[in-house]
Amino acid sequence: MADRLTAARTPVGHRPGRYVLRTVVTAYLFFLVAWPLYLVGRNAFAGGSASFQDILTDPDVTHALQLTVVIAVVAVVINTVFGVGISILLVRYDFPGKRALNALLDMPLSVSPIVVGLALILVYGGRDGWFGPSLEAAGFQIIFAVPGMVMATVFVALPLVVREVVPVLQEVGDEQEQAARSLGANAWQTFRRITLPSIKWGVVYGVVLSLARSLGEFGAVKVVSGNVLGDTRTATLVVEEKYLNFDKGGAYATAFLLALVAVACIIVVSVLRPKEER
Amino acid sequence: MSIEISNVGKRFGDFVALDDVSVNIPSGRLTALLGPSGGGKSTLLRIIAGLERADTGRVEIEGVDATGLPPQKRNVGFVFQHYAAFKHLSVRRNVAFGLEIRKRSKDDIRRRVDELLALVHLEQFGDRLPAQLSGGQRQRMALARALAVEPTVLLLDEPFGALDAKVRKELRDWLRRLHDEVHVTTVFVTHDQEEALEVADEIVVINEGRVEQIGSPDDLYDRPANEFVMRFLGPVTQLGDQLVRPHDLQLSTGAGDRAGVPGRVTRVTRVGFESRVGVITDDGQAVTVTLTRNELLALGTEVGDEVRIRLAPESPTTTSTTPAQSAPVSLTKKFASAGGANLTQTS
Repeated sequence: MADRLTAARTPVGHRPGRYVLRTVVTAYLFFLVAWPLYLVGRNAFAGGSASFQDILTDPDVTHALQLTVVIAVVAVVINTVFGVGISILLVRYDFPGKRALNALLDMPLSVSPIVVGLALILVYGGRDGWFGPSLEAAGFQIIFAVPGMVMATVFVALPLVVREVVPVLQEVGDEQEQAARSLGANAWQTFRRITLPSIKWGVVYGVVLSLARSLGEFGAVKVVSGNVLGDTRTATLVVEEKYLNFDKGGAYATAFLLALVAVACIIVVSVLRPKEER
Repeated sequence: MSIEISNVGKRFGDFVALDDVSVNIPSGRLTALLGPSGGGKSTLLRIIAGLERADTGRVEIEGVDATGLPPQKRNVGFVFQHYAAFKHLSVRRNVAFGLEIRKRSKDDIRRRVDELLALVHLEQFGDRLPAQLSGGQRQRMALARALAVEPTVLLLDEPFGALDAKVRKELRDWLRRLHDEVHVTTVFVTHDQEEALEVADEIVVINEGRVEQIGSPDDLYDRPANEFVMRFLGPVTQLGDQLVRPHDLQLSTGAGDRAGVPGRVTRVTRVGFESRVGVITDDGQAVTVTLTRNELLALGTEVGDEVRIRLAPESPTTTSTTPAQSAPVSLTKKFASAGGANLTQTS
């Protein structure tokens, strides 16, 4: 309720100043985001829908698209479960090392994905990783296989759910949960019936951001995947490959598909969200 | 004995919220935990509910040792100051929550919810969301929700604290009547002494983590155990080293009257039906006397008049531990020994 009050209180500034600010922001976003994205679309359709037909009939590309979706979905599921758990831990409990954990959670945002990839190889690499050879001996291949790619994707998208859910949990407070407990609900019933519905939109938003981020992950996945055609090559890697091989039509068409899914996610959420909020 | 609290202590870091508190709360009564904010009364209530864990001591509810029990196993109803309404559930679903958890049959739940909504006068609001209710209605819903599970004890934490004065007064009367109807052992926390005196059968005064006094409203008002209780339960003024209620003081103007403390009227303020007369004693002590309008008219005092102050017979007094407050400097010469040693208390 309070945030709506603040929003309604528009600053009474100089009118010209406001227009200048508006123009600057619009121009900035236009040249940085809208125009380049539009050009990707235009280039993708430069030869009509021929580029799309090409990539969609290429079994290697369709495999890459499927792989991307599978990895993204698995990574999002993992990140959602752990993200909600970590958020509840951070907001509702006090424990030593809480600040350190909090800081650690921001690490994936600040570390370059390529570093993440290299780090994972150091730990799980099949030949001379710290943990990898023993896993490989037991029959689990992590690096240059799907598990490693999922791990890399989970790593880079880790904080997105947490950062969306934590503020919502803080705002909701724990009185409703206490009320549920006093009415006889156990921890799980309280979570499912009270906590989850009240953080629902934070979770949805976090999931969408994670999904968009996971679909688009490039650096970390490139390092750990080995980029094997038709096996561990994801959609973003296809874009790079096609671009470097002067297949610009294919590169732009694949890039357009990736961008389309991400934009669609965000549009769907922003259309749904205001309806729910009172 | 319904709720037995023995030697309960609770600290938050260095702050001692409760210091070895023992209280017995009788069955079927309406008991108030009264005290200033931060005095530990809410903590005690939350410990009874199991929402907070005591560091030391025992809590027994209806003969069952509840010290280690989680809240959901204590069968207590808890009502929060800010309602704690389940925002995503309708009023009906809110009230039904505890019953759904207990897996009662649909028919049972419907019947019981209808009953409760009627009890709290929210029959026609069942399908609304809490956000569509006023504060008073939300609190009544929260009460129905707490009563739905037929708790052994009903605990209310500053239940009317977030409401405006008028609704507060209505709900207060309503809670009293409700309690007379349902007779569930009820404990409510309040910092409003008027609320406690008006509603409760029994009052536990808690301050700085300790119980100051336990008794009926009359007990506490007429026989305060100490200065704190005296001060907290109503207006006080100091006459000599005694704390007294301003309305227990009498004024006389007769020149022949030798009894009482001599002084001079400095101020007469009328507030509705009562009048406050400020008097400076000859010792320089500022005393407030409250008179009814008629008493003031009969006395006919005006500012500057010489009067004598007497304490009405059998009025409660406590000895003040703080030094007598001296009158504002502008009204009197600075007085060195503010103690009023020559006070003669008449009774």
